[in-house]
Amino acid sequence: MYQYNEIDQRIVDERVAQFRDQTERFLTGGLSEDEFRPLRLMNGLYIQRHAPMLRVAIPYGMLAARQLRKLAEIARRFDRGYGHFTTRQNMQFNWVQLPQVPDILAELATVQMHAIQTSGNCVRNTTTDAFAGVAADEIVDPRPWCEIIRQWSTLHPEFAFLPRKFKIAVSGSIDDRAATLVHDIGLTACLGATGEVGFQVAIGGGLGRTPIVGDVIKPFLPARHLLTYLDAVLRIYNRFGRRDNKYKARIKILVKAMTPEGFAAKVEDEWLHLQDGPATLSDEHVRHYADFFTEPDYPAPDSGDFAARRADDLAFDRWVERNTRPQRQTGFRSVILSLKKTGVPPGDITAEQMEAVADWAERFAFGEVRIAHEQNLILPDISERDLHTLWQLARAQGFATPNIGLLTDIICCPGGDFCSLANAKSIPVAEAIQRRFDDLDYLYDLGSIQLNMSGCMNACGHHHIGNIGILGVDKNGEEWYQILLGGSQGNQAAIGKVIGPSFARESIPDVIEKILQVFVERRLPDEAFLEAVQRLGAEPFKERVYAKHH
Amino acid sequence: MQNIIDQAGLRDDRWQLLRVEPGETLPEIAEDQDVIVPVTHWLADHARLGARQGRTAVWLAADGDPAVLQSTFNLLPLIAIDFPSFTDGRGYSSARLLRERYSYAGELRAIGDVWHDHLQALWLVGFDSFEIKSGKPLPQDIQAARPFSEHYQASFRQPWPLFRRCINHG
Repeated sequence: MYQYNEIDQRIVDERVAQFRDQTERFLTGGLSEDEFRPLRLMNGLYIQRHAPMLRVAIPYGMLAARQLRKLAEIARRFDRGYGHFTTRQNMQFNWVQLPQVPDILAELATVQMHAIQTSGNCVRNTTTDAFAGVAADEIVDPRPWCEIIRQWSTLHPEFAFLPRKFKIAVSGSIDDRAATLVHDIGLTACLGATGEVGFQVAIGGGLGRTPIVGDVIKPFLPARHLLTYLDAVLRIYNRFGRRDNKYKARIKILVKAMTPEGFAAKVEDEWLHLQDGPATLSDEHVRHYADFFTEPDYPAPDSGDFAARRADDLAFDRWVERNTRPQRQTGFRSVILSLKKTGVPPGDITAEQMEAVADWAERFAFGEVRIAHEQNLILPDISERDLHTLWQLARAQGFATPNIGLLTDIICCPGGDFCSLANAKSIPVAEAIQRRFDDLDYLYDLGSIQLNMSGCMNACGHHHIGNIGILGVDKNGEEWYQILLGGSQGNQAAIGKVIGPSFARESIPDVIEKILQVFVERRLPDEAFLEAVQRLGAEPFKERVYAKHH
Repeated sequence: MQNIIDQAGLRDDRWQLLRVEPGETLPEIAEDQDVIVPVTHWLADHARLGARQGRTAVWLAADGDPAVLQSTFNLLPLIAIDFPSFTDGRGYSSARLLRERYSYAGELRAIGDVWHDHLQALWLVGFDSFEIKSGKPLPQDIQAARPFSEHYQASFRQPWPLFRRCINHG
């Protein structure tokens, strides 16, 4: 993975010093609340319901074992012994103290980590496929490009105060696992006619108040032009994006107002001036970054007694089927450690668990861990020979719930229990659903279902792109929940539609059960839930859910 | 104007900033007074304004288009760009356009909600003088307000991004 050079380290250290100074001035009255707020947000610090929340960047979801250990140490020393992985490959600490935040940042800097631009109206952490570098369907490894974008976006002097936040995702595989079409910019790496790397550029996707799938404004941007083109897009957005209403300030609103074609033309005009300028990438520059992400030295494949263990042990076999993915490297698998155990808020992880994962990453693989935007951890490069041992260890740490991709692998924001923006709690609802549907045989029979839940329309839980989405709403001070159907992420990203009036919290498991009954009754052989919803439409589901009792 | 900082340090200077709405007429200006007028007033009347004994400059609102000043660049010793709030980042792009696209070589001044936390980024995109908001601490020189010793990006001050300077060719 990428290693800081002396200058990278200096920039992060200087950012810590700058933030320490700003925090001290705020605490001693030199900066007002209104002045400090944008400054602290640009360093990932929110003031939450109970305490400040610090969001730490995990650039494109990659962590080294020593970085994970540092997060564990921070969780113990400065928080309550746990952290929370978000849908944008970041980690949040929910119980930090403001005066200690500069010290936390200084600790992070010792392991080449930071909280730069994890919030605020600036370019946020760039996200990508959690299986980058090992996925069988990968065309271009997105990680070097993510690092190039990370550096370009870090403390960009022109774009620190955009109209609103700005999120970039990069995919380099056939299946889009980075939800690129619901980002402000979604980049899909591909190969041109002559084998040249380039990007399909989609713009103006996003969830939140105005959920929308992005539009492709450039089908093939030769990769050497990536940064000059990004500069052009950001400049148009910075100059012309709305600033009069924060709910209309995302780039998607500008793209809509100008039409995607109009926006694309404006970007092209701007780009004409920047194209081939000093920020153009040569092959040599790209190679410099790519060299940090070369394949490790895999030992010869050795499956040991893997096949026999699977045949003997149904529980192990199920876990292998649900919670591991084959890699393009024969004999190795990526293990998905489920952070969706019933009774634990989705995405939460204790310091002890973090340390255990760091140990496994070093013992069984090459010392690297990935964060999936579905809020699970991934250990790539596990030899099939070691899977049974790792499974037992993962079970002992509560990581082996074999539910990846199933109904109970819920994407969920922290909701009203923590977040001051939330209209409703989300964690108890997720737990109630997990408790109701605890029969693994039933879950396996249902097959892949993505259930996403957000506690407010800011949509941190990506409810619009869940096959089933749940949105917490406020009705006269009470918490109610809307249900959406038909959303999906990936190449065919779609925004789910609200099926009707909202429900009280306690009725949500019943509502989900009725929806699933309709699916089970009416599905075709081998038909997935999403396909059935697309074929049947929402009507039969609505009829069942809203049927009057006789 | 007061609390102006530039490369020579902190000072007050002779410029008078006239914050006049586009429809309003300018107040009477003393013949030898150096004034900064809104863009609309300048464009409407630059022959008269420019013929005075005192110097005339313009200020651009956050949503102003720097391109409209191109034809009169050589008459303008100073262009100011207004930051109604420090969180309104449009002026950063305007500055780069003035400097890099239109090659404006005169003084470029940041006015409004400007204080030392933002001076370095403003400097990088092309500003070279700053009106520090009243009530804010006054840095004694621009060098003091530089939290970062290096930057990744290309900018007006450093046209070569870091990767082009660091990655060894050869």
